[in-house]
Amino acid sequence: MKKTLMMTAAALMMVGGAAMAETVKVGVAAEAYPPFASPDASGKFYGWEVDFINAVCAAAAMDCEIVPVAWDGIIPSLTSGQIDTIMASMSITEDRMKTIDFSNKYYNTPTVIVGLKGVDMTATPEGLAGKIIGVQVSTIHQDYVQKYFEAGAAEVKTYQTQDEANQDLVAGRIDATQADSIALDAFLATDAGKACCEVKGAVANDTSILGLGVGAGVRKGDDALKAKINDGIAKILADGTYEKFTAQYFASSIYGD
Amino acid sequence: MIDSVFQAIGLGHAATLLALSPPGWGGALLYGLWNSLQIALGAFGVGLVIGLAGASGKLYGGPVTRDLLAVYTTVVRAVPELVLILILYYAGTDALNKLLVSLGYARVEISGLMAGIGVLGVVQGAYATEVLRGAILAVPAGQIEAARAYGMPPVMVMRRVTLPLMLSNAIPGMANLWLIATKDTALLAIVGFAELTLRTQQAAGTTKAYFTFYLAAGVLYLMVTLVSERLFALLEARARRGQPSLKEGAA
Amino acid sequence: MRALLQPHRLVMLAVAVALILWCALSLRWDWIADYAPLAMMGLWRTIWILVVTATLGFLLAIPLGLAQAVGPWYLSAPAKTFCTVIRGTPLLLQLWLLYYGLGSLFPSIEGIRDSWAWPYLRQSWPYAVLALTLSFAGYEGEVMRGAFKGVPRGQIESARAFGMPRLTILRRIWLPQAIQRALPTLGGETVLQLKATPLIATITVIDIYSVAGRVRRDLFITYEPLLLLAVVYLLITAVIVLLFRQLEKRVPTRVS
Repeated sequence: MKKTLMMTAAALMMVGGAAMAETVKVGVAAEAYPPFASPDASGKFYGWEVDFINAVCAAAAMDCEIVPVAWDGIIPSLTSGQIDTIMASMSITEDRMKTIDFSNKYYNTPTVIVGLKGVDMTATPEGLAGKIIGVQVSTIHQDYVQKYFEAGAAEVKTYQTQDEANQDLVAGRIDATQADSIALDAFLATDAGKACCEVKGAVANDTSILGLGVGAGVRKGDDALKAKINDGIAKILADGTYEKFTAQYFASSIYGD
Repeated sequence: MIDSVFQAIGLGHAATLLALSPPGWGGALLYGLWNSLQIALGAFGVGLVIGLAGASGKLYGGPVTRDLLAVYTTVVRAVPELVLILILYYAGTDALNKLLVSLGYARVEISGLMAGIGVLGVVQGAYATEVLRGAILAVPAGQIEAARAYGMPPVMVMRRVTLPLMLSNAIPGMANLWLIATKDTALLAIVGFAELTLRTQQAAGTTKAYFTFYLAAGVLYLMVTLVSERLFALLEARARRGQPSLKEGAA
Repeated sequence: MRALLQPHRLVMLAVAVALILWCALSLRWDWIADYAPLAMMGLWRTIWILVVTATLGFLLAIPLGLAQAVGPWYLSAPAKTFCTVIRGTPLLLQLWLLYYGLGSLFPSIEGIRDSWAWPYLRQSWPYAVLALTLSFAGYEGEVMRGAFKGVPRGQIESARAFGMPRLTILRRIWLPQAIQRALPTLGGETVLQLKATPLIATITVIDIYSVAGRVRRDLFITYEPLLLLAVVYLLITAVIVLLFRQLEKRVPTRVS
């Protein structure tokens, strides 16, 4: 009986594999990252980035399936073939370009430091000396903090998700966190965020670490998919679809320059 | 007063948050539990198969087989599951696809479910090997000798004599393994597979009601444990029918 | 050595050495020098958390086991409930409940930031130590229960007949014999505790697993840090197993 079960399982795996050959698997982070992509109670993802994915796939005539993957392992998932592209607010950086390719950018927003009200700090190495800083693991923010602030800071704590870092900020375990300004705006709009914290300033730009905006990741050499995605992005920028769904979330365009 | 205590620890809106249909997350948690149970069942099954093969190999196999199996069980039982899951999940699927490609077949898409079952199954297999080996060793030698004296071929001896007798000895160990399997599925949350612990983390993160959801998930896991223990106790009683009673803790 | 010199073992050893050499030459290892200090710190953290939680957990398990073995219902029932809950829920969940669950209460407690406990509540290792200690105690409580019950009644009865007070019986006769019975299982459980330590990386404690994760992310290499990590854990396990074997040798053989 067990043997039959195993054979059936193996057969299903093969069939499943064949059937899914046409769909493009789009990897998003399994953890919530409002307002870009968060799961709701039924497991469906919603947010600006989900609208973006649907729009690009429609414009490029691709059949896309959203696959949540742990943020920490999203690049290995791409390189090992479990997903075909990453559209999870991943910034285009030189370091990442050593392992994967990126499409053209599809948004670019400044990076800010949000800290506890009543604690004196600025978004500079001197202003953050002696503070406890929290960042999400495997992000440009972790790289930036490690390069500029770690030497002077009391401690740098790394979290699986930005949400956990925000939680510890509310709890007072960390003094500040660095992340994308829009994601932190969404946090500051919540009751807990409003009560505890405020924006302390934008960090000095460093494109080698903070990157050139957010792009869709593809495997090295997967030029066909990269071209399709770039086509899709160009189309939705040109025909106004991008502005339309962006307006539902933000007051102005987040495409950046 | 009780109300304010509940409010303070975030359980105030527990009823709405845990409602079965959206926007309550109760349904999502139950679906995650179903996923967890599926993986645990699959992993337990795979582990059983590997365990039977491994136990036979360790007991009746040649020196090379025994040594290779010893390496397998030692490594898997010494390295943390989390590290094994990461290695097997990324490296395993990668290596499998590279192998298939080099042999001329197309890449096969291994779903998260299959990968989770495979990884946990390999881990379970190492423990199951030891449990089943101990259980087979506990079968009275006289029974097997008598069967052999009758001229039964080895497979028939295994099927008719060893396996039924070993079952009652193996069940406590296998019950333990089943419970380990159900709890190890929580580790798959770290690779992003949508089982109960990940759904709990998502629900808690979205609604900020951390206590509510982690307690609810704890209750669900506890129920699985208690029901499983009851079922295995019934199974063991049935397997031990006819044997002299063994009260535990007897000096 | 005779065992090692059998022909098939020599072949397997040669294969293993060849594999190790191939790994050493073809994979990237240049990062080890840069990350060595961080790795040492992570390794130290793993080891001291393992030792501290195993010791504290064992000390907590003794009353838990005793309460379940011979305690009155108002002591044995809570002990049994505690052990059942700990053994019935995943450690990851317990960790997150303690760290993030308690953390979510902080804003509503007035003046917590000025209290003496604040430096400890802020950091993550106290929660890791607490969760791992409770977990070890839950599992060991069950083991000690069986061990206490397994000590022959005759020993305790004769001690009572000698007029020994209860605490002395526990200290001189019951506890040592119970520990003797439990020692092999305790060794196995300590190894399991070691395997549970990587989970503390999810609540921002920097142990050796978290350092390997950092190497993976900084340099985008997947296999090398994980392989080295597996070897490190294998070595620590070997040390634990050898230690317990030595302990078992020094303990006198069971009387009955």
